[in-house]
Amino acid sequence: MTTTQNQPTTTPEVGGIGHSVLRHEDDRFIQGAGRYLDDHVLPGMLHMAILRSPVAHARIRSIDSSAASALPGVVAVVTGELLAGYNLAWMPTLSGDTQAVLATDKVRYQGQEVAAVIATDPYIARDALPLIDVDYEDLPAITNPMEGLAAGAPLIRDEKEGQTDNVAYTWEAGDKAATDAAFAKAAKVVELDTHYPRSHPSPLETCGCLADVNPATGEVTIYLTSQAPHAHRTLFAIVAGLPEQNIRIISPDLGGGFGNKVPIYPGYVVATAASLVIGKPVKWIESRTENLISTGFGRDFYMKGQLALDGEGRITAMRVEMTSDQGAFYADAQPTKFRAGLFHICTGSYDFPAAHIAAKGVFTNKAPGGVAYRCSFRVTEASYLIERLVQNAAYESGMDPAEFRMKNFIKPEQFPYHSPTGFVYDSGDYHTALQMAMEMADYKGWRAKQQASKGTKRIGIGIASFTEVVGAGNSREYDIAGLKMFDSAELRIHPTGKAILKLGTKSQGQGHETTFAQIVAEELGIPHSDITVREGDTDNTPYGLGTYASRSTPVAGAATAMVSRKIREKARTLAAHLLEASEGDLEWETGRFYVKGSPDKGVTIQEIAFAAYTNHPEGVEAGLEGVHYYDPPNMTYPFGSYIVVVEVDTETGVWEVLKVVAVDDCGVRINPMIVEGQIQGGLTEGFAKANMQWITFDEDGNCIGSNFLDYLVPTAWETPKFELGETVTPSPHHPIGAKGVGESATVGSPAAFVNAVVDALWSEGVKNIDMPVLPHRVWGALKGA
Amino acid sequence: MYPASFGYSAPATLDEVLSTLSKLGDEGRVLAGGQSLIPLMKLRQAAPAHLVDINGVGGLDQISDSNGHLEIGALVRHADVITSEPVSRSVSTMASAAPWVADPLVRNRGTVVGSVAHCDPKGDWASVMLALDAQVVAKSMAGERTIAMTDFIVDFFTNSLEPGEMATALKVPKDVPNSGGTYLKLERKIGDYATVGVAAFLALDSAGKIARAGLGLTSVASLNVKATEAEAMLTGNEPSDELFAEAAESAARASSPSSDVRGPADYKRELVRVYTRRALTGAWAKARGEV
Amino acid sequence: MLISVNVNGAEQQREVEPRKLLVDFIRSELGMTGTHIGCDTTSCGACTVLLDGKPVKSCTLLAVQANGRNVRTVEGLKQNGQLHPIQTAFKENHGLQCGFCTPGMMLVGSALLAENPDPSDDDVRWAISGNICRCTGYMNIVKAIQSAGQAMQGA
Repeated sequence: MTTTQNQPTTTPEVGGIGHSVLRHEDDRFIQGAGRYLDDHVLPGMLHMAILRSPVAHARIRSIDSSAASALPGVVAVVTGELLAGYNLAWMPTLSGDTQAVLATDKVRYQGQEVAAVIATDPYIARDALPLIDVDYEDLPAITNPMEGLAAGAPLIRDEKEGQTDNVAYTWEAGDKAATDAAFAKAAKVVELDTHYPRSHPSPLETCGCLADVNPATGEVTIYLTSQAPHAHRTLFAIVAGLPEQNIRIISPDLGGGFGNKVPIYPGYVVATAASLVIGKPVKWIESRTENLISTGFGRDFYMKGQLALDGEGRITAMRVEMTSDQGAFYADAQPTKFRAGLFHICTGSYDFPAAHIAAKGVFTNKAPGGVAYRCSFRVTEASYLIERLVQNAAYESGMDPAEFRMKNFIKPEQFPYHSPTGFVYDSGDYHTALQMAMEMADYKGWRAKQQASKGTKRIGIGIASFTEVVGAGNSREYDIAGLKMFDSAELRIHPTGKAILKLGTKSQGQGHETTFAQIVAEELGIPHSDITVREGDTDNTPYGLGTYASRSTPVAGAATAMVSRKIREKARTLAAHLLEASEGDLEWETGRFYVKGSPDKGVTIQEIAFAAYTNHPEGVEAGLEGVHYYDPPNMTYPFGSYIVVVEVDTETGVWEVLKVVAVDDCGVRINPMIVEGQIQGGLTEGFAKANMQWITFDEDGNCIGSNFLDYLVPTAWETPKFELGETVTPSPHHPIGAKGVGESATVGSPAAFVNAVVDALWSEGVKNIDMPVLPHRVWGALKGA
Repeated sequence: MYPASFGYSAPATLDEVLSTLSKLGDEGRVLAGGQSLIPLMKLRQAAPAHLVDINGVGGLDQISDSNGHLEIGALVRHADVITSEPVSRSVSTMASAAPWVADPLVRNRGTVVGSVAHCDPKGDWASVMLALDAQVVAKSMAGERTIAMTDFIVDFFTNSLEPGEMATALKVPKDVPNSGGTYLKLERKIGDYATVGVAAFLALDSAGKIARAGLGLTSVASLNVKATEAEAMLTGNEPSDELFAEAAESAARASSPSSDVRGPADYKRELVRVYTRRALTGAWAKARGEV
Repeated sequence: MLISVNVNGAEQQREVEPRKLLVDFIRSELGMTGTHIGCDTTSCGACTVLLDGKPVKSCTLLAVQANGRNVRTVEGLKQNGQLHPIQTAFKENHGLQCGFCTPGMMLVGSALLAENPDPSDDDVRWAISGNICRCTGYMNIVKAIQSAGQAMQGA
């Protein structure tokens, strides 16, 4: 049932669900006392710099590092040949492929790691790089998947046994026969051929590693910019052959992640190997250029989408042929069974019975990756496609785009909704959200203004009504590198009634130290400020798969609620003992048990906690703690409707955003202030992708977009203001009804911006402009229309 | 991320600066704002052997009024131009351009003279100086000379200073009565280089006709361009939309932009047309005192 | 070269190479890690400090250029154990998420408020247009700076 806000039931002092509690983590950040990777210093620490390939595709004839090794201050130079001796020149990827750690036979993308210098000082390490002499024999570069699939294309992965072409994977979903039948009968077919370009999460803090292999004890401590420290520890153990019990991964404060800090990068492996061999700590921090040119990017999907419509403006089927640019290695961090991530959610918020997706991933001479940047495992691409298709379908059907959506939305009574590609949407009310957005945006008023705008400045109104899927994921279908995607919470209540909560997730700014404390506060009535939350240190937290794809609240949040309830059950036993009553005679209200009928006769959770250590009953274990590993029964499906109004200057192609209205429904909101912050950040990323962000390549495979002069990220001056609204449709299967929201706005909003520009120019014959919708592309589209 | 090693001196007087530069010859580079030079050094695209830091030299940070000109000293920061009363009162083109340069933090350090001397065709100030027919004051141990802007910009990142010579000031003509100028720039975000930039200046005679016109173009060639043919077309004529459109066409012809991620060449030429028209319209309004 | 820099009110003397960037001097020589590095093209402002009261990008200044000058870093906002109003305002207005851009934003904000205690949205957005944030979308940063201005005027 949809409501427009969830009201807290606890006091502000307790700060349970629904309170906009100020963040616990802020105190250190506002004093400049955050401890990010590069802030860590260990005695005897050495510094590593990586030599990278200047070219996109070349054979390595020789590497001469003698001059570099001779530079005073240089301790070692590591090459692929050296690593090969330890079987570390190649490593497995999270998608079942292998990736070069340091290049041996060939370089396969500009920026690929070729050698590493370890020195006493980072300036000296940088000085040594040009002294390494690499002899390259240039090869032709493949700069897009179509080139990679063309006859006679050079084979990029010639080292891979059994690889005879540049195909990384093929995959399909849905029902081809039913879809083909629907298209055969269709009254109208709407098509869209669109490229969702390569983009990069570019968190403000780049990736890095401080590896400390203690030669005396064999302990391996690795400070790592990691969104998934436990999974990384296990993978390090397997890849490097180190005993897992001796490995401690500490993911400290992270300056943003957005999926960029999920993969294991060659730099991490080299730094660890170097520390192992040299016996001193080795620190590696990448520069921004290294981050943009070589680490996990997002998107780069070529999508040919079609919608089949009946004669009344109803969608009857969807067909998609998708080709993805995987870069030189297939290294997507995504659930193993889904080779194209969760792209098959592309049927979106709409009710129709048939869909088919055929997907193919292709190797190119570019950095590996694709799943990153707040994409919920490719839901960004899926959502973009359907929302652009639906917009164009409305125009081609002679209907208003809002009216078309309303007509085709899944209805509230249809939930749980079985989509034609196998998803079971838990809950939703799309009509109410879109209605609210239209009212907040004064949709009718803007349509009227649009009618009146006929000069060189044109108004456009874009809508995106997205449904996304998060909370990976149930163990039947979801695993990453074989690890099931449960998550965990370990809670201990101390004698003085304070608590410590440890999680298998890892915040990069999402406010976990606050919101997860609020879940415990809700369940146990312990004031939020009495609860400390810890993440990131694999020695001190329970095993979890980490934070990305908006999974923390759906999975670890559920685990937190469940462990709190376990503890509440034990607390009942202790309370019964203290009150000399039977457990069945006790009632719970926030923070205390009392005897039914005698509300004065009660004990607080703090008194119970004290008793757990000082007065526990016979036959019951002392202490008050528990751990829960949560295996979610289903994904959760946050949704929303966004409306964007733009004004396009048709003389220059520049477009200005006049209004952004965003109505989001992420189920129950634990901390409304934090939820809104996530949405504002996501809307900004959506705007950025629609307006300016772009990683592209020239015909030689040179990366254009490998620094902030070329890869444009918006400042406060370009970024629009946002008006936020909410509906609350709880998830029926989640213990606290929450769905997760971190990526909703990044998923849903790009289409709203692009739809707005297309809406402004449709009457001029413009049917599509791919992102980024740069001024010259608008101008070009108008000229060509 | 880290520059290569270099020698460094920070003289306290201009004489010491010139003497040091003279000794260093080709090996010495002046460090003023450093907002163009240091980024290049960090990327190792420039590796001067020796930097002569002029930031400690007194008297170089003045904007002084002399004889129909404003003299902009070598240490005048972009931010100083924005807050300068003399500039806002008497050099409207500069006042219009200053907020477009880089971002607020870079503007606190970067200098106008340094930016012009850098000769980056994507730099904004040189276009303004070309439109206004400003001059560069250059000093060395041998003496002082004044260089016209058109002579000062030789090529892509190349100015006409001799080794041992330093640009100590810009002499910028003040707006005469019934004149005004505007700078327009298409940048995709704050801090982006111009896709195209246009500086337009008009001085009107007592009959309202154009007595003098100045047009400088940014990012349209391997150097900033002074659109002399367009200027000539405007001079002596009655301002009008049609005249401005013709001048804009001429300015587009004077441009030879390259196709890149900011767009194809014909798009950029179209932007020159549009922005020249708009900048001239804005300059005309200022010249008539309407703004 | 021996330099002496006044950092947050205390004289710091060190021997440095001319090529040592000011941001490295602050982080490595002085061990003050609140000033961050986010890019290599002078684009992001994570390294912002106040040089003689003016916000500058410390990654594009040499440490030797700060010789004899006054530098204020984020660590110097707190005075006599009291948080600066801008620090409190950032927390109260959810003006930070990952916290990496926050020191720079607060320093620029404090410099703006010193000149303009009641800035409009546009005034603030213009002032921070040299500082990138990837998390917040800027709305709450603007609110925080304006709110600090109100607090500092005793509103």
